[in-house]
Amino acid sequence: MTASTASPRASIPKAPTGIHGLDDITGGGLPRGRPTLVCGSAGCGKTLMAMEFLVRGATDYDEPGVFFAFEETADDLTANVRSLGFDLEDLAARDKLVVEHIRVERSEIEEAGEFDLEGLFIRLGLAIDTVGAKRVVLDTLETLFGGFDNEAILRSELRRLFRWLKDRGVTAVITAERGDGTLTRQGLEEYVSDCVIQLDHRMHDQVSTRRLRIVKYRGTTHGTNEYPFLIDSDGFSVLPLSSLKLDHVASTERVSTGIERLDSMLAGGVYRGTSVLLSGTAGTGKSSIAAHMAAASCERGERCLYYSFEESPQQVLRNMRSINLDLGPWLANGMLHFVSTRPTFHGLEMHLATMFKHIREFDPRLVVIDPISNFITVGTAGEAQSMLLRLVDYLKSRQCTAVFVSLVSGGKGLLEATEQNVSSLIDTWILLRDVELGGERNRGLHVLKSRGTAHSNQVREFVLTSHGVELRDVYVGPEGVLTGSMRLAQEAREREAAEARRHAMARKRREIERKRHALEAQIASLRAQAESEELELELLLSAEEAVDRRLTDDRSSMALSRRADADNEEEETA
Amino acid sequence: MNSEHEVPAESDDPDVWELRLYVAGQTPKSIQALQNLQRLCEEHLRGRYRIEVIDLHKHPKLAKQDEIVAIPTLVRKLPDPIRRVIGDLSNVEKTLLGLQLVPANAP
Repeated sequence: MTASTASPRASIPKAPTGIHGLDDITGGGLPRGRPTLVCGSAGCGKTLMAMEFLVRGATDYDEPGVFFAFEETADDLTANVRSLGFDLEDLAARDKLVVEHIRVERSEIEEAGEFDLEGLFIRLGLAIDTVGAKRVVLDTLETLFGGFDNEAILRSELRRLFRWLKDRGVTAVITAERGDGTLTRQGLEEYVSDCVIQLDHRMHDQVSTRRLRIVKYRGTTHGTNEYPFLIDSDGFSVLPLSSLKLDHVASTERVSTGIERLDSMLAGGVYRGTSVLLSGTAGTGKSSIAAHMAAASCERGERCLYYSFEESPQQVLRNMRSINLDLGPWLANGMLHFVSTRPTFHGLEMHLATMFKHIREFDPRLVVIDPISNFITVGTAGEAQSMLLRLVDYLKSRQCTAVFVSLVSGGKGLLEATEQNVSSLIDTWILLRDVELGGERNRGLHVLKSRGTAHSNQVREFVLTSHGVELRDVYVGPEGVLTGSMRLAQEAREREAAEARRHAMARKRREIERKRHALEAQIASLRAQAESEELELELLLSAEEAVDRRLTDDRSSMALSRRADADNEEEETA
Repeated sequence: MNSEHEVPAESDDPDVWELRLYVAGQTPKSIQALQNLQRLCEEHLRGRYRIEVIDLHKHPKLAKQDEIVAIPTLVRKLPDPIRRVIGDLSNVEKTLLGLQLVPANAP
């Protein structure tokens, strides 16, 4: 037996429904061996939910089931659920399922005295025994109230029925119509006290939204919110979105945007699994950047899911070809998948649910939603925001990078405020805007925020050329921010001025050179003069010495001749 | 037939009423229902009725086949169309109405 419990210390045994999402909310399924009441207004999907519970039980959990239909015949029911991919005939043939129609026709029955519903019990017992059923659906039990007059008997019999079901140990689902101000028209909630699930089908601006709520679930914790659910070709799915926690893995891997300059502005790209918002007024090139990111993702060999809510895939392809970005090959080899629908085609919840399904099935690494602004036309602002919140959370939990394109209506104050107020959900916000100057509009791009990144604070001019997107520095100078041809003119002017300055410098240099030459010549002549004077001095000095020597010589020779030293000579002669 | 023929009538008479009473075991309600039915038939259909009692506990498959929900159920198989009366048949008027015996008996 498939025992399924939400937590290790789970309170009561549960029977998994196999319905996508429902088991998450209920923490493992419906109370095993006990009846569960599913109530809601007409056409809200009670029968389908009950049927899926049985079919999944029979196919996925090896728990055969019995479906007692009080409203539809078995043939009708089989035909109805065939569109959801349930083959009841096959299941019946394999002894996995019994579908039995209980026909109670008021006009054919006359009540004469006391009775009980033992016939129903016998039939139910027989059906359960034939296939060894573990699950039972009674759809819609309240029809009995229309078939019999004696309500007192009916009520006591129903009470007996629920007790009997518990005694048999089958997990039962009982469906009931919603009453006026009560959960069920006949107050069945009074008998089924273990688990009550309410389905709802609401219209908002002509768009329908289905919701599910667990009114009570005795002995277990459960999600208490209203959860949107979806019925499509794969059956029933509930979106247990609000139960998501903020515990996604934070990757440090950078993902290139496909635009080199933008990557460098973001210090190497955006983190994997984060959300990027591209917002701007009409025609600022949001989609072009998104398409670049998509192409870059495909190039890395990572699948990309592209939601195009305004253009058909062919239109996107053609438009991107004009900037030399060919998405065709990626589309052909299945790396790129387009989903193009009008947002107004579904309600928001339906949108979200289908998106979840696409994402689950295609398992992309990058999701582009172009634009998110259209969702607001479907729901209210609050709804749109909560939807985006859930989408962002979902994508983050899958480590899938998200690119949201948001069209902002003009006006200065509005530029940095997205209509959906999603900025808090966004990790990297790239703002594109028009710069209108000198009679032309140009595109400016800057990174408004990028969590965990030392991003550039510069406004870049963003140019769509025939060979892709290019980012250029804008002219920021004393004359303000200039873009486009004004930037070019300004740059030309600057070049001229620089040229002139260069010329002036050269001239100045030559002049100084000349002056230096002159000075050097002067220094040389002065030095020559000094040298010649020195030479003269030396000559004079040596002449003086010569004179001195001659004088000395003369004197000594004179003395000799005067016999100044006669003694010596006398002594010699003596 | 899987049933006890309580009161046999003359065979193959087109005018014979074929009645079938579905019960589930010998409960007070079913015993009473049979008694009430027999009394009624004797009173209104003497000699041209046939009662078959089917115990669904013994033949549970017949419950589905004959679309029985409430117990006891009395089914008028013949004459056409099929009529059903449920309960212990203690309300004679309603039983007669259900079996459409009233107009036949009216003077």
